[in-house]
Amino acid sequence: MIDKKWIGHQLPPSELLIERGRLQFFARSIGETDPIYTDLAAARAAGYPDLPAPPTFVFAAELESGAVTSLLETLELPIQKILHGEQGFTYLKPVCAGERVTVRSKIADIYDKKGGALEFVLKSSEVRNSSGELVAELRSLLVCRN
Amino acid sequence: MTTITSNAVQLGQELPALELPPVTRTMLALFAGASGDHNPIHIDVDFARRAGMPDVFAHGMLGMAWLGRLLTGWMPQSKLRKFDVRFQGITHLGNAITCRGKVVERLTHGGEDCVRVELSTTNQFGQTKILGDAIVAVA
Repeated sequence: MIDKKWIGHQLPPSELLIERGRLQFFARSIGETDPIYTDLAAARAAGYPDLPAPPTFVFAAELESGAVTSLLETLELPIQKILHGEQGFTYLKPVCAGERVTVRSKIADIYDKKGGALEFVLKSSEVRNSSGELVAELRSLLVCRN
Repeated sequence: MTTITSNAVQLGQELPALELPPVTRTMLALFAGASGDHNPIHIDVDFARRAGMPDVFAHGMLGMAWLGRLLTGWMPQSKLRKFDVRFQGITHLGNAITCRGKVVERLTHGGEDCVRVELSTTNQFGQTKILGDAIVAVA
């Protein structure tokens, strides 16, 4: 069982520079065809200062930084037993290429169902841009199949 | 940017469905690199088998990214306020996913006129893989 003492645990902050080439790669990998996600002129014509990050892109920050991997190690959760149960985003401001975002997360809850056969870890995150403005909030539910 | 007034959005309206090609290993390898999710269970069949799975399978976030395309193909991304999903089942290799959305409710969110859109992904056999909803501003 996951020790409930980790409820409230704060992960180290994860910084991610939103790179134009990376957004173009992401768009291609999901089959995105709207040019505002790959073509700077189209993005500017749509009112963005640079290519906008698609709705789920900032999820990458804590994967890139290793924060998620360290969290699983801290909680002693083997990655092969983990499933992504739920994911939520709240959007406050657009994020575009050239910005640097910082994600700060904490463990909001840990609970189990079916007599411990399934354990759940709820992580909540704030995403801020380099001016310190809150741009998005994330909510991730991880499921451990015992 | 296309401007859609609240009058143009009707309760019960269905978003134009987004049909994806069948999931391939190449798609998963590219998404692993682009999304930063390098979990080998999605890209390394040896690892997946050791974990008790018959083969690699799609990242949940790939399906959510496709739902994101469904939404931003319908409304500019600047109108998207909330986007929440529950992963219901594993999306396997060869699954051809269709993303669907339907306007189900009008509501006020943060003082803005918005609608709630119910979302789903299903494979070619009608099995549901993701359920969710989004709040989109219509003012």
